[in-house]
Amino acid sequence: MPESTDRLIERLAATAEPVRRLRPPLVRAMLWLLGVACAGALAIPAFGDFGLLARRLHDSMFVLELFGTAVTGVSAVIAAFQMSLHDRSLAWQWLPLPALFLWLAGSTTGCYREWIAVGTKGWEFGESAGCLMMIVAFSLPLGTSLLYMILRARPLFPGRVAAMGGLGVAAFAAFLLDFNHKIDASFLDLGWHAAAVCIVVATCWLAARGRRKSKTGA
Amino acid sequence: MADDHDLLREARWSQLMAAAQDGDRASYETLLRETVPLVRAIASRWHRSPDSAEDVVQDVLLTLHRVRHTYDPSRPFTHWIATLARRRAIDALRRRGRTDRFESFDERAYETFADPATNRDLMARETGAALKQAMSALTEGQRQAIELLKLNELSLAEATKVTGKSVGALKVNVHRAMKALKARMGGD
Repeated sequence: MPESTDRLIERLAATAEPVRRLRPPLVRAMLWLLGVACAGALAIPAFGDFGLLARRLHDSMFVLELFGTAVTGVSAVIAAFQMSLHDRSLAWQWLPLPALFLWLAGSTTGCYREWIAVGTKGWEFGESAGCLMMIVAFSLPLGTSLLYMILRARPLFPGRVAAMGGLGVAAFAAFLLDFNHKIDASFLDLGWHAAAVCIVVATCWLAARGRRKSKTGA
Repeated sequence: MADDHDLLREARWSQLMAAAQDGDRASYETLLRETVPLVRAIASRWHRSPDSAEDVVQDVLLTLHRVRHTYDPSRPFTHWIATLARRRAIDALRRRGRTDRFESFDERAYETFADPATNRDLMARETGAALKQAMSALTEGQRQAIELLKLNELSLAEATKVTGKSVGALKVNVHRAMKALKARMGGD
């Protein structure tokens, strides 16, 4: 054994302090989701329009979109916690894909119907920018808490894991937004929503990479 | 028989790692020493150079130290460490690929680019060989004039004494010799 590796082992052993084991990733994901559910239960009555929501729930495409959004959030968060551990399969990254497809299908169909109904007005600025701000604002506390929990596992690829978490966070933010979204999204709305999701995912990715660089100097 | 041995080793490593997580330094050191051959074997699969493989081994040990709180003692340790080693080995390959893309490899890079003194030596060697060849193409008189006046730096008076030629003849020889050398060596 080369001397340097031998010395490294001695040094690592000499500085090894007791560590607190992480809980299994599914348990940690459920704890975070429970926290989000509690926060949502407190926040939704404050801004949600339940009458509007009840009317929209008669629309099967809206229900599909709502379901897809929520399941995307849950599955992306579970995938992020699993991926944060290096010995888990990278196939977890595909978990949110079916739900993401449902979310996109529901949103796009809604857009198409809105376009048929209102024509080119669908391309005008409405509350789109507000939607973007709302998604980003909701994502901030959710994303911060999720990144804190995920990065405790010191993932080998923090950017990838954080981006997955960002997708989950953005999906939850969009889910919350649906409690106060008066109409089907226009194509412009959809673009803003997509931009908001991209901003959240990219911010999480950059935050995780920046944190690693600041810690390792890599 | 081999399966029994693997199972025993697996159980032993899991116990050692669990003890290491609880702060048992002796168990931790034993575990690291016992796992190094496995890590080295995995690293060597991706890195042919022993030095590169050893770099990966040390990187894996450091990473293991950093993420040791993520190990779940109910799961197999061999898979945990082998996955870590494989991913770090591949990551090192990617890093090297990125480095190679931006840096050129030249065996003589040190001699030709980094150290000006060595550059001068190398250029002097190369130029000297070419000069020697060009000198051999001169006439006897021209070569003698160059050797005495330019290489040995004698004065014209001293050179006339050595050769017995007149100052004018030596000047003509030097002039023609210089012209011939410049033409041969591509000078202006």
